[in-house]
Amino acid sequence: MSEYILELRDITKRFSGVTVLEKVTFRLKRGEVHALMGENGAGKSTLMKILMGIYNADEGETVLEGSPVTIRSPKQALENGIAMIHQELNPVLDLSIAENIFLGKEKRNKLGLVRKKEMEEETKKWLKEIGLEVSPGTMMRSLSVAQMQMVEIAKALSWNAKIIIMDEPTASLTVREVEVLFSLIRQLRERDVAIIYISHKMDEIFQIADRVTVLRDGKLIEENPISELNKDLLISMMVGRDIQEIYPKDTVPIGEVALEVKNLNVPGKVKNVSFNVRKGEILGVAGLVGAGRSEMVEAIFGVRRKSSGEIYVNGEKVEITAPQKAVAKKMAFITEDRKVTGLNLIASVRENMTIISIRDLCTARLVSRKKCVKAAEKYISSMKIRTDSPEKLVQYLSGGNQQKIAIAKWLLSEPDIIILDEPTRGIDVGAKRDIYLLIGEFAKAGKAVVMISSEMPEVMGMSDRIMVLADGEVTGFVDRADFDEETIMHMQFGTMKDTTEAEAV
Amino acid sequence: MNQLAVKQKKLHLGAFKELVMLGVLILMFIVLSILSPAFATKGNIINIFKQTAINGILATGMACAILVGGFDLSVGSTVGLAGVIAALLAQGQYPIIVPIAAAILTGLLAGLLNGVAIAYLKIPAFVVTLGTQSIIRGLAYLASGGRPVFGVTKAYEYIAGGKLFDTIPLLVIYYLAIALLIGFVLTKTVYGRRIYAVGGNDQAASVSGINVKFIKASAYVLCGLIAGIAGMLLTSRTVSGSPITGEGYELDAIAACVIGGFSMDGGSGKWYGMIIGALVLSVISNGLDILNVNSYYQLIIKGVIVILAVFVDVRGRSKRN
Repeated sequence: MSEYILELRDITKRFSGVTVLEKVTFRLKRGEVHALMGENGAGKSTLMKILMGIYNADEGETVLEGSPVTIRSPKQALENGIAMIHQELNPVLDLSIAENIFLGKEKRNKLGLVRKKEMEEETKKWLKEIGLEVSPGTMMRSLSVAQMQMVEIAKALSWNAKIIIMDEPTASLTVREVEVLFSLIRQLRERDVAIIYISHKMDEIFQIADRVTVLRDGKLIEENPISELNKDLLISMMVGRDIQEIYPKDTVPIGEVALEVKNLNVPGKVKNVSFNVRKGEILGVAGLVGAGRSEMVEAIFGVRRKSSGEIYVNGEKVEITAPQKAVAKKMAFITEDRKVTGLNLIASVRENMTIISIRDLCTARLVSRKKCVKAAEKYISSMKIRTDSPEKLVQYLSGGNQQKIAIAKWLLSEPDIIILDEPTRGIDVGAKRDIYLLIGEFAKAGKAVVMISSEMPEVMGMSDRIMVLADGEVTGFVDRADFDEETIMHMQFGTMKDTTEAEAV
Repeated sequence: MNQLAVKQKKLHLGAFKELVMLGVLILMFIVLSILSPAFATKGNIINIFKQTAINGILATGMACAILVGGFDLSVGSTVGLAGVIAALLAQGQYPIIVPIAAAILTGLLAGLLNGVAIAYLKIPAFVVTLGTQSIIRGLAYLASGGRPVFGVTKAYEYIAGGKLFDTIPLLVIYYLAIALLIGFVLTKTVYGRRIYAVGGNDQAASVSGINVKFIKASAYVLCGLIAGIAGMLLTSRTVSGSPITGEGYELDAIAACVIGGFSMDGGSGKWYGMIIGALVLSVISNGLDILNVNSYYQLIIKGVIVILAVFVDVRGRSKRN
């Protein structure tokens, strides 16, 4: 019997010519918790998708318990004892726990009818195993996220999973729920189930993992037992370079207040948020997932309805009830999810870039194709966007290039205030650097920038000032001179409230 | 790398699906010309265009609804109602502009009803237009008393019955003019580009400052208005307005768009595609008529082609993901 239950050997994967994984080897021992680490875009999720059969590797092989296997679909992965608990759970909300667990392998009688009772009996057994005390007939909808996650784990066990992949499992759990999850993970380890644990949270890794594999820019950096590592070592492996080098931060003269928000409220999401941002200033917005950061900027931009609050642009009070009003006030909003709210994927680079400023690209009130192509080409070259032509459909470009286009379409409208929500999510390091340079350029050009980011080094590297939100409330402002990861972390959890400064603004 | 090259080739085929259908059209033309000497005559070709005209006009409006991610099942009924109203007003009691304007206004109001319900009240297009299909048809029966309306004036008859230089039917001229106009609007105006943007991703369009509701609603208004024109022309051509006219026309219009490369998900399709699609449908029925094929088979073949066209589209897209 091989020492490893799973080996991914020399996996290479390319997307439209861009290598996202290069000869990556990943080895998983029986019954270990193996943390897979790396920055966003390092290739972790691609590697896991290859393991789950969602993508096919261009090169390399998957070896399961010593023998090579070919996995072409998540179903096949499950049949081979590999299950994945996704970051965003996707249960069928209006089915019961039992029905969700048996989804795709429902028990039937001779007439082909579902044997509900039998399924619920078996589900009860699994639920007991993982220590979730609810009835198997409970509707998924009535469970908390943590409970849904446990159901997913029960489902994995019901498939007899020997390997469970957990992708950011604690992202939306409370501290208490995380403890429950960890004790469950330890229990699974006792049962010889191997766990691939993906997380950005350092503390968790040192709490739960046995070994760590680090990826960077699609390459394997190192594989180590956790006992041989410490935080700093791990960070330097992940980042692989100096912070200074990644975040090109220039000092820019800071001018008048460009955008001021007073007592903004969005029911259930944002409570009494007030802040301002000046010309040439980059205001970072930090906070945990669910802290209300996106909802806040959506309300400012008119995408989401606010219940109260005042917005001033260059000192003048404005009523922004719809995005077109924000656009008219020379504001730009690069949204969090470029595929959902940023780009028209089935349209070309040119069409995407020109859609906001199309009125300026007309001749005699008719859209001038020539002007559009020229404008698109200008930004393709100045932003180093890798595409064969402005006519290429955006869906065929890499994440980094797509993100640049999502930004370029706003730049064409020459905004004064630029709001970026997670501007570097899911893009490779090279493109990240290009985007940081761009954000720096905005500030230099005297634009006011609001940048939401969940990546602490990024928000600390780029901002002049950081506003921290927790549970929809501002828990503090920190000036660049006082940036400190621990302080900001505390503010994110709302454990240390810097009230004096919050009130002063 | 090899795999990549193959992928890119397929992609190009997908990008020019209108041209693929043009190839199919030309191929059908050649085959039918060989099979029957009666097919490729000047008279028959003019005839094909004439047979295409009404469906082709409806397809231009339908294309707008499909581009914003919906469709309109009520256009057939609108053809009926607009036709009846035009016939009632074209008995010589008013100047000729009155029945024309009334038919167009009828279509516009029908489209407005659909557009507001779909874009502003957020009721699914299928439900709304299925409902208005029935409502408008009912109104057509009420307006006509359930009987065809005869007795339109000679002048009115000439609108669609006339010919240019005694050869080209005016109906064909109207069709090409409307198709070119819609094509122009879709490609050259800000409004047209916004239709594509909304259909491609309405959330992204909204964040980009486009009034998505307005664009969606207006596409249905355009679709209804064009159906009103089609009803008015059909009444002129058949010299009567019948409340049953137009039944099932919506499906032919949708079929023309789909065959012409319009994606039912919205946001993609070239304006000339809808002309090609409408011509493909007419050539099938015209050619099979000439070959004396039972018209029941025509229905079957038409259905198969529609499904194939969508299948090619869907396959092309799933390959990309």
